Amino acid sequence: MNAPPELFAVLGGAFALLVVATTIGQWLSRRRPVGHESPVIDNLNARINAWWAMVLLLGLACLAGDTAVILLFALCSFAALRECLTLTRTSRHDHRALTVAFFVVLPAQYLLIGQGWYGLYSIFIPVYAFLLLPILAALRGSTERFLVRVAETQWALMMAVFCLSHVPALLTLSIPGHETGGVLLIVWLVVTVQLSDVFQYVVGKLAGRHPIAPSLSPSKTREGTVGGIALAVSTGTALHGITPFSVTEAAALALVVTLMGFLGGLVLSAVKRDRGIKDWGHLIAGHGGVVDRLDSVLFAAPVFFHLVRYLHGVP
Amino acid sequence: MSLPSVAPAVSKVASQVASLTASPCAAAIVLFARLVTAVRGLWVGVEPVARQRVYYANHCSHGDVVLLWTVLPPRSRRVTRPVAGADYWMATPLRRFIGRRVFRALLIERGSTSIGSTPVGSTSVPAGKAAVERMAAALDDGDSLILFPEGTRNTGDSPLLPFRSGLHHLAQARPGVEFVPVWIAHLNRVLPRGEMVPVPLLCTVSFGPALPIEAGESGPAFLDRAHAALLALAREEQR
Repeated sequence: MNAPPELFAVLGGAFALLVVATTIGQWLSRRRPVGHESPVIDNLNARINAWWAMVLLLGLACLAGDTAVILLFALCSFAALRECLTLTRTSRHDHRALTVAFFVVLPAQYLLIGQGWYGLYSIFIPVYAFLLLPILAALRGSTERFLVRVAETQWALMMAVFCLSHVPALLTLSIPGHETGGVLLIVWLVVTVQLSDVFQYVVGKLAGRHPIAPSLSPSKTREGTVGGIALAVSTGTALHGITPFSVTEAAALALVVTLMGFLGGLVLSAVKRDRGIKDWGHLIAGHGGVVDRLDSVLFAAPVFFHLVRYLHGVP
Repeated sequence: MSLPSVAPAVSKVASQVASLTASPCAAAIVLFARLVTAVRGLWVGVEPVARQRVYYANHCSHGDVVLLWTVLPPRSRRVTRPVAGADYWMATPLRRFIGRRVFRALLIERGSTSIGSTPVGSTSVPAGKAAVERMAAALDDGDSLILFPEGTRNTGDSPLLPFRSGLHHLAQARPGVEFVPVWIAHLNRVLPRGEMVPVPLLCTVSFGPALPIEAGESGPAFLDRAHAALLALAREEQR
């Protein structure tokens, strides 16, 4: 383990932010009259508490080294895949395919990332899992709603495993002059995208007036989205020092990942609306499921990975 | 236990070891259930308090007992006994240990009761009566019960099979006890009949309002009401 010094600086910043957030949250909570219920403030404090846990977990994993980071994201993929597949309309004839998705495809994807085998992990799920799982389903002989079952399973694997695995895949990039910095790319991506969610939420609550996508996500507002993304892009740009990016590159990449994150949130909201649920799960108090927290990262990670690889990577 | 009679001491030690390992086993089973299914109890109609109850639930999988038991408050767990078929739970040493020591299951000979897995037509009345008497006796000891009134695992397309009459006989015998409908959702997808490896999916266990027992109500009327209450709970869970 040789953690780059920038990591401590960013973690310190995150904890400072959390101390401020906790202070404000507690102050809001104390300020309200006794017996006066406020679900918004309770939810805010639950979210802040969950952030403490998530920052600690990611921070410890980053300090512990690459294996710990890969393991952490593999576990997140497990929880996310469980949430996605709960929503699908698979039948008992898919049992074999689902078992393989959980206990073969998911570990294999993260093992390949651990090996740094770019040529295989970047196509393993879109090619091999994509072909193997419908074969397993077909061999069971049930044709009822076959296309729906196969498509939903594949989509869940793409979202929960393939997309998310591109976060730890950043560790495998070799960038000249930035040899120990794979973990910092992860930190930069996660901080930028998640801060964008946080800022969108805060600005939206404080100044949000006009809904931006009322049929998909009624709580998202134009003010919140623009303000949140602007603040997150500024933060991402300011943090360019921990990355191999120039100031312009950092700003452009921050804009790309926050926009992808915002749009990913809309897509996964559409899925929730379709299936008539409010949250993907209940693992993270105040936030909902793992997919609720990671929706923006799912969409941002593969695009970020390939842009960085194209701009700075050495094959 | 079929231990040699020449070694009562061995038998005693084995029994003590079994009692000591029961509690860590219970914890391990609860942890496993939570890891696979992240199961949540939804207390829709009753509070999660340690009151004497008969929980009656839909039955799709052998894991039903485990999930229901997992979401009970730990204090209730120790006094809540599942009523289950002896043929399944006595079949192997591991199941015997889990069934008797961990869950303290009330094991009932199947094929001879109105709770077991044979159709109502083949029910032997005296044996069914004996089973209800044993359940009533367990209630008199202060325990709560978990009952699967469908009598067998439901593997078809119908959400809930017709109920066997044992639930009604028990309600008549002990009208003071709360009868609470419990809907276990998604577990049939986690471990369908005949499969060995569970697929991790999120499960919920919903507890509906206790069913009021009406004096002089006929068996079919009571069973209809109990059946409808459980289906209503299932619809609520889906929303």
